Amino acid sequence: MLEVMPTARAAVEDIGNGATVMIGGFGTAGQPVELIDALIEQGATELTVVNNNAGNGDVGLAELIRLGRVRRIICSFPRQSDSWHFDARYLAGEIELEVVPQGNLAERIRAGGAGIGAFFTPTGYGTLLAEGKETRIIDGRGQVLEYPIKADIALIKAARADRAGNLVYRKTARNFGPIMATAARTTIVQVADLVDIGGIDPEAVVTPGIYVNRIVVTAEATA
Amino acid sequence: MSNSTPLSRDQLAQRVAADVTVGSFVNLGIGMPTKVSDYLDADRRVTLHTENGMLGMGPEAHDGEIDDDLINAGKIPVTELPGASYFHHADSFAMMRGGHLDLCVMGAYQVSVTGDLANWHTGKPGAIPAVGGAMDLAIGAREVYVMMTLFTRDGRPKLVAELTYPITGLACVNRVYTDVATFHLVDGRAHVVDIHGIDFAELLARTGLDLVDARANSVPTNKE
Repeated sequence: MLEVMPTARAAVEDIGNGATVMIGGFGTAGQPVELIDALIEQGATELTVVNNNAGNGDVGLAELIRLGRVRRIICSFPRQSDSWHFDARYLAGEIELEVVPQGNLAERIRAGGAGIGAFFTPTGYGTLLAEGKETRIIDGRGQVLEYPIKADIALIKAARADRAGNLVYRKTARNFGPIMATAARTTIVQVADLVDIGGIDPEAVVTPGIYVNRIVVTAEATA
Repeated sequence: MSNSTPLSRDQLAQRVAADVTVGSFVNLGIGMPTKVSDYLDADRRVTLHTENGMLGMGPEAHDGEIDDDLINAGKIPVTELPGASYFHHADSFAMMRGGHLDLCVMGAYQVSVTGDLANWHTGKPGAIPAVGGAMDLAIGAREVYVMMTLFTRDGRPKLVAELTYPITGLACVNRVYTDVATFHLVDGRAHVVDIHGIDFAELLARTGLDLVDARANSVPTNKE
């Protein structure tokens, strides 16, 4: 059942210690900043975070990492010019890192949401990232067995929701939102704009409301 | 194209752009490959893909055009062209992994003559590994072109018989465009199709590879 939450803090109140949390966004585009800030304030720790990156600058996921609240991170591209908080924790041995090729990360999340048991893919075959994984030659190509990623919680950002939970996104801020929404037991969405049922053209819906559990309207307006 | 001096970065980008097929769907990697777009005229009808979820990417955005929701894979603000489309990450990577993307152009630390690619990890102790979309592009795009300088700063060749850096993908690179020569990799050998500011004997000596001089010939390709 869809709930419209009064505040971001209320939307994340029941996230427990040790939870696996998917966080949408690619860089800052589509990053659910208010929900991450609420999670920082809420205090859950020992988290496993799934995100494309490992935080940028001093805010959002970077701050969560700085505070030592992330035990493990699953991502494709942790090291960036402004990933200093992750770098420090990682080099101190205080955060566990699973590096996943970006397409495998997306497909594993998609598989998690679609009930796929596992899949073979040529991505990563013969590389360090396939070490210890089951492989098979299919269609004459080396392929690696990859397992789905699921989460307790997904925190994502969409441009607009209706009161049935249907979502539309904006430009490249869409990125991981639609797949993460499918792969978490509880999907929490921040939107700039909540409209009545009928306010989104059914043909234009990107994430159908079945995948959405909680919505919070943030003051921030999209450009 | 033949020059008496090595190609500048812009000339190299222009050299690669000249070989991009009209009407193709192309992903340009972060860094030097991004420059290739400067030399793809509109009449070439090339559609640029960015793996964070867009086809029909336009040039970098400036000033009033900047929109935080519209960035490329390098997280630089870009613009959208008429006919553009947006999609989520799994669709974006399915597009390359499913073999729908005609070409990707990437940088590299090393390429082997058999087309193995190393461009994600230096393998140095203490280096934080970060792969992004490199492994997916390497195995997914129908053709992979690498764009790089042929020699490291201390003069070692980056086109090699066997990789010493960690692998990104096996037997995936079709062509290597460098400042001093262009190579087509076919049947386990590197065919030299043009050279710039170096002579063939020096190229042989400095790479130590069994190169095929294909400058006068039409070069075989692995293209479907």
